[in-house]
Amino acid sequence: MAQSHLKAVGEILAKHGILVAFILFMIAFALLNPRFINSDNLLGVVRSSAILGVMAIGVTFVVVSGNLDLSVGSMMSFSTIVVLDLHDKLGPLLGIPAMFAMTMALGALIGFLVGYLKLNSLIVTLGMLSAIHGLTLTYSGGKNMDIADKDGTWFGFFGQGELLGVPVPILMFALLAAGLTLVLSKTPFGRKVYAVGGNGVAATFSGIPRARIVFYCYLISSFCVAMAGLIQASRSLGSQNTVGQGLELQVLAAVILGGASLLGGSGTIFKTVIGVLILGFIQNGLLLVGLEFYVQYIVTWVIIILAVWLDIAAKRGQLWSPIA
Amino acid sequence: MKNTNLAKRLQDSAIWIFIALELAFFGIAGEFLSLSDGNFLAPDNMLLLIKQTVPLGIIALGMTIIMINGNIDLSVGPIFALCAIVMLDSMTWPIFAGLGDGVIVIAWALAILVGVVLGAINGFIVWKTGVDAFIVTLGSMLGYRGLVFLYNGEQPTYHLNWTLVDIAESAPLGIPLPILIFAGCILFTWWLTKRTVHGRNAFAIGDNRTAAVNAGIRVGPHMVWNYVLIGLLVAISSATFYSASGSVNPNDGMLYELWIITAVVLGGTKLTGGRGSIIGTVGGVIAIQLMRKGLGHIGADTAMVNLVIGSILIVVLYLDRQLNRKGEEELNS
Repeated sequence: MAQSHLKAVGEILAKHGILVAFILFMIAFALLNPRFINSDNLLGVVRSSAILGVMAIGVTFVVVSGNLDLSVGSMMSFSTIVVLDLHDKLGPLLGIPAMFAMTMALGALIGFLVGYLKLNSLIVTLGMLSAIHGLTLTYSGGKNMDIADKDGTWFGFFGQGELLGVPVPILMFALLAAGLTLVLSKTPFGRKVYAVGGNGVAATFSGIPRARIVFYCYLISSFCVAMAGLIQASRSLGSQNTVGQGLELQVLAAVILGGASLLGGSGTIFKTVIGVLILGFIQNGLLLVGLEFYVQYIVTWVIIILAVWLDIAAKRGQLWSPIA
Repeated sequence: MKNTNLAKRLQDSAIWIFIALELAFFGIAGEFLSLSDGNFLAPDNMLLLIKQTVPLGIIALGMTIIMINGNIDLSVGPIFALCAIVMLDSMTWPIFAGLGDGVIVIAWALAILVGVVLGAINGFIVWKTGVDAFIVTLGSMLGYRGLVFLYNGEQPTYHLNWTLVDIAESAPLGIPLPILIFAGCILFTWWLTKRTVHGRNAFAIGDNRTAAVNAGIRVGPHMVWNYVLIGLLVAISSATFYSASGSVNPNDGMLYELWIITAVVLGGTKLTGGRGSIIGTVGGVIAIQLMRKGLGHIGADTAMVNLVIGSILIVVLYLDRQLNRKGEEELNS
C-alpha cells in the first residue's frame, strides 16, 4: 500500500516534479524576502541566466542525442575573445558572422569526431575543452581582450540594450528557446534526435543517418555557444581568456536538473529552461535571504541528486536502488 | 594468436613508447631551442618533474580503479581542497594545543578522515539511489566546493608548522618524500587491482555489470569501497602537497578532475570500464607532465600545452578505436 502510494506520488513528481519544485522555491523565497518578487529582480535574474541558458539549450540537443559536451565553456571563452578581437579588426558587422563561422567550425569538428568517427563524446569534448583553451590563449597571446572604443560602438546592444522594454539578452534567450523547441519537438529532425538518443542501434536499423544527426546536434550546440559568447562579449565589451571556464559543468547541471537523461532520448528545451531558471533563482534567492553565495552550491547539489533520484525512483517504482 | 599478443603488448606499452619519444624529442630539441643552459634530461630535472606529478598522480591512481569499475569521480578537486583546509586548520585548534608537534599526526589523520568520509558519501549515494555516478559526483563537485567555502569563506587557510615543512621537504635516501609516498601508493593500488578479489571484481563489474551481478558479485559495496579508496588517495595527495606549502585557497583543485581523467585515459584505461592499469596511468601522468615541462623548456608558448594534450587525447582515442574494432562496439557506439 505504502509502496503504491509512493509510486503514485512519484509519478506525479516525475512528470511535473521540476515545475512543482520551481513553484515551491519561488513561493518560499517570496515569503522570506518580498523583494524577491519585485519585477526588476525577476528580470535581472533571467537576464543574468541568459548566457547559461543559451548554452544549455544547445547542450540539450547533444544530451538528447545521447552524447555529452564538456567543451562549451572553453568554446564560449573562444568566441568571446574572437568576437572582441574581430570587432576592432573587421568591425562588428563582419566580425560577428566571422566569429559564428569560427565557433561553428569547432562544433563541426567535434560533430565529425563524435558522429562520423564514432569516438566517445566525453573524451572528445574533454580533449576539445583543453585544445580550445589552448587555441584561445594562442589567439589572444594570453592577454585580456578589450574593445578600443567602448563608447563609440553599438556592439553593446546584444548584452546591454533593450528592445520594447525587454533586455536584449532575454529576448535572444527566449527567441532561441522558442525556435529550437519547434525544431526539437515539431520537425522530423527533432524526432530523429530522440530516436538516435533513445536507441542508437534501432535508429540505425530504421534508416536514420545517425552520424549526420549527431553532427547537426553539435553544430546547433556550437551555434548556441557562439550566441552566448556574443552576449558575454557585448555585455562587458572586454574579457579574460577564461571567461567560460567551468561553465560546461554548470550547463550540464541545468540540463540534468531539467530532467534530461544522460543516457539520451529524453529531455526538452522547456524543461532545460526551467532548470536554468531554477539555478538562477536559487542563487538570487539565497543571496537575498542573506546567505553567502557558496550556499547555493550545496543547495544545488542536494537538488540535483534529489531530482534525478526521484525521477529514477518513480520509473522503477522503488525508492532505493535494487543493486545488491 | 601470436600476432594479437604482439599487438596487445604494443598497445599496453604505447604510453611508454610515447614517453620515450617525448624524452628524445625534448632532449634533442632542447639542445637547440632552449634558452636555459640546463639539460632537460638531467637527473635533477627529471626528479623534480616526477615530484611535480605527485599530487595529480596519486589521485589518478584512485581514478583508475573507479574507471575500471565503470564509474567516474568528478568531485576530487573540492575533496583535495577540503582535506588540506582541515589538515592545516586543525593544527590551530585549542584542544590539540598541548600536543606539540604530535598534532601533525592528528592533522594528517583528520585529513584522511575527511577524504574517506566524502568518498564514502559519494559511494553510498551512487549505490543506494542508483543515480549515475557522473551525475552524483557532478553534484558533489558543486556541493563539496560549497563546504570548502563554508569553512573559511573566501579567505585562504594557512598555517605554517616548520616541523611539518621539514618532514614534507625531507628526502630519505636522496629521494624526495612525495615521490616515495607516490611509489607506495602505486605499489598498493597495483597490488589491489592485480592481486586481490576486490580488484578482480572491479574489472568484472566494469566489463559487464549484469554478468557480474549474475555471478553473485555484490556490486554496491565494491563501488563504495572504490570511492572510499579514491577519497583516501585524494587525502594523501592533499596532505603531501599542502604539508609543504602550508596555505590553501578555497578555489584550489579546480579542473583537477579533467586533468586526471585525461591522464587516466591516456594511460589506456577505458572510460566504459573493464580495462585499465595502474602502470598505464602512471605513464599517462608522467607523459602529460613531460609535455608541459618539455614545451616550456623548448620555449613554446604554454598555451600550446593545452592544444597539444587535447589533440593527443583525441588521437589516442581514435587509434584505440581503430585497434580494437569489435563488431558489437561498432553498432553500439
